[in-house]
Amino acid sequence: MDILNAIVALLNFVIIPGAAYGAQLALGALGVTLVYGILRFSNFAHGDTMAFGTAMTIIVTWGLLALGISFGPLPTALLALPFGIGLTALLVLGTDRLVYRFYRKVKAAPVILVMVSMGVMFVMNGITRFIIGVNEINFTDGERFIINAREFREATGLAEGLAFRTTQGITLVVAVIAVAALFWFLNRTRTGKSMRAFSDNEDLALLSGINPERVVAVTWIIVAALATTAGVLYGLDKSFKAFTYFQLLLPIFASAVVGGLGNPLGAIAGGFVIAFSEVTVTYAWKKVLTYLLPADWAPAGLVQLMGTDYKFAVSFAILVIVLLIKPTGIFKGKSL
Amino acid sequence: MSVNLRNIALFAALAVLYLGTAMIYGWNLTLTIVNMGLISAVMALGVNMQWGYAGLFNIGIMGFVALGGLAVVLVSMPPVGEAWAAGGVRLIFGLLVGAASMVAAVLVWSKLPKGRVRGLALLAVLIVGFTLYSMVFDPAVRAVEAVNPSSTGYLGGLGLPVLLAWPAGGALAAGAAWLIGKTALGLRSDYLAIATLGISEIVLALLKNEDWLARGVKNVTGLPRPVPFEVNLQQNPAFVAWARDWGLDLATTSSIVVKLSYAGLFLVVLLALVWLVETAWRSPWGRMMRAIRDNEVSAAAMGKDVTRRHLQIFVLGSAVCGMAGAMMTTLDGQLTPGTYQPLRYTFLIWVMVVVGGSGNNWGSVLGGFLIWWLWVMVEPIGQNVLSVVTMGLADGSWLKSHLTDAAAHMRLLTMGIILLLVLRFSPRGLIPEK
Repeated sequence: MDILNAIVALLNFVIIPGAAYGAQLALGALGVTLVYGILRFSNFAHGDTMAFGTAMTIIVTWGLLALGISFGPLPTALLALPFGIGLTALLVLGTDRLVYRFYRKVKAAPVILVMVSMGVMFVMNGITRFIIGVNEINFTDGERFIINAREFREATGLAEGLAFRTTQGITLVVAVIAVAALFWFLNRTRTGKSMRAFSDNEDLALLSGINPERVVAVTWIIVAALATTAGVLYGLDKSFKAFTYFQLLLPIFASAVVGGLGNPLGAIAGGFVIAFSEVTVTYAWKKVLTYLLPADWAPAGLVQLMGTDYKFAVSFAILVIVLLIKPTGIFKGKSL
Repeated sequence: MSVNLRNIALFAALAVLYLGTAMIYGWNLTLTIVNMGLISAVMALGVNMQWGYAGLFNIGIMGFVALGGLAVVLVSMPPVGEAWAAGGVRLIFGLLVGAASMVAAVLVWSKLPKGRVRGLALLAVLIVGFTLYSMVFDPAVRAVEAVNPSSTGYLGGLGLPVLLAWPAGGALAAGAAWLIGKTALGLRSDYLAIATLGISEIVLALLKNEDWLARGVKNVTGLPRPVPFEVNLQQNPAFVAWARDWGLDLATTSSIVVKLSYAGLFLVVLLALVWLVETAWRSPWGRMMRAIRDNEVSAAAMGKDVTRRHLQIFVLGSAVCGMAGAMMTTLDGQLTPGTYQPLRYTFLIWVMVVVGGSGNNWGSVLGGFLIWWLWVMVEPIGQNVLSVVTMGLADGSWLKSHLTDAAAHMRLLTMGIILLLVLRFSPRGLIPEK
């Protein structure tokens, strides 16, 4: 029985990766939930907005590196992030102008807008692939680890090493800053309050003189910022590949629905619920259990509930359970 | 369909398009496009039932198509005796144990009173069930997959005629659709979309990873065919004599004859389905479906069970997609889970339905043929366009090679723009619903 080592192994393989992944999902789900709250449709193009934003950031990163600019121990992509956000904001504002605005004007049914967003997804996916191709791209630079596994072992004398990657640390810090800024904006500023009013009751908001087009434009800019940040953090932590971002749609939607579509707090909670379920279900518990149990009880198999290839099944199963038991999500969303 | 000049002209234009292709590229290639066009039309028909008739948004078509493909393997491949001997029965038993523990969990949840006891009992049932399941199932899978892994390593199928796989594929897809519909229908319309997206990813993950089922990414090749092989035709003296009388090239002719027989089979299925759907649509049932689609609230007030009817049509439409998937795998002669892309099998079908005219069966048929032709042709056309555009650039320049490589992605962009333009400017499609 070796509780310390078990805790370190748990931290190393479950808690830290789960928290980082959860923060990335939460940022993604926040974007989906905002579009849902203000524009009232599920935006299937969100995964590809993330991909586009990340692709833009990667290109600016390359440009900065070519100019000899880097961010010291931190990844250069963080410097390029504001440019990526700006370009993505231009893209989504343009899309809104060219595509979505018409449907808003004719007050189309939500399902039509969902379908339109599918068309937008196609086009964005095409643009991203056209610009940056389909290959896997690693764009992390700077210091790799905050805590190195080998140094940790030497410093503590434990058998189990603890690795805390810079990208994971950055993900958590940036996510906290982004969420704090978003909530400050929604709760404290005049524009943020008008957005919430618009989301709660569109007619009343219009009566009190809120300019709907301005609310929509601000929403899209925030969504672009959230999507690009989420995409860049995910890409730094793993790697960038256009198709992976499309596949992220499912866990992101699951997070937003679990938390309650249209509810920002719910999106954050949902992101962590999905991420931790995914990691715990696909993690092979053999190591932790071997430390915890008496020697002759040690499990023979991997004690893995599901192969990592089925991680989508986890988000899906949670989604189905939520739809069956509580379709409005943990925090009351606008669903139903 | 009202037989009017406009529709006849549209189909005539389509025929001219295909005839033109035949003139330029030859009949062999054209028939390949026609065959996939027929299958696409069946898929579009299934999606049109869901979208055009009930307003249900299904973006998991790929999953249902893949299930149809799986049905072909399960029905038509001969059983692998050694694998069954090694652990087939045990494997099935393991699956039953898994299913039984799920049922037990659901029973515990619904029968026991709310409270801590229920939660603990549920957890206990799940843990015991999972342990039992993996104790029975995992060794069986290892045993089955160890049997001659380079050529079999799976349980095989039932060894029945391959045509039976088509309705079986429909049934398999219908089963999956029932499960999804039962959970997601009756809630917001977007939930069905998200749920279908999920199920299609999971079906693909299953097909790729469960080697005992259909060999996973190792693919099942050499599926039985409902039509003769080209080689057999070429050795058939009657056929050889016939081809010689007409002065035809033996290799090309045999290939064309095989493709024509496939086309005949597919055409029978397509026409039968169109007839069935059109008849149903004119029946009282169709009238009820239209009433529900046009105003759910008033239909519900008239005593119609909206959710139940939606479930019905969702299952039927998915079954048609599954059947088309089985037909496609039969045509290919192999099941290759690695090649299923949502873009190709979900979104393309949507473009077909929307462009053809949602709510109109003949529109779906037209859209299926037209968009499939575009899908095949956009890449060569795009390459030509780009080679003209980049003519001024020096060979080997960065921009030129980048643009030429990117031509492969033109399809995505083109299809997306077509979808958006049609939705915006002609939402009723080429052949609108009456």
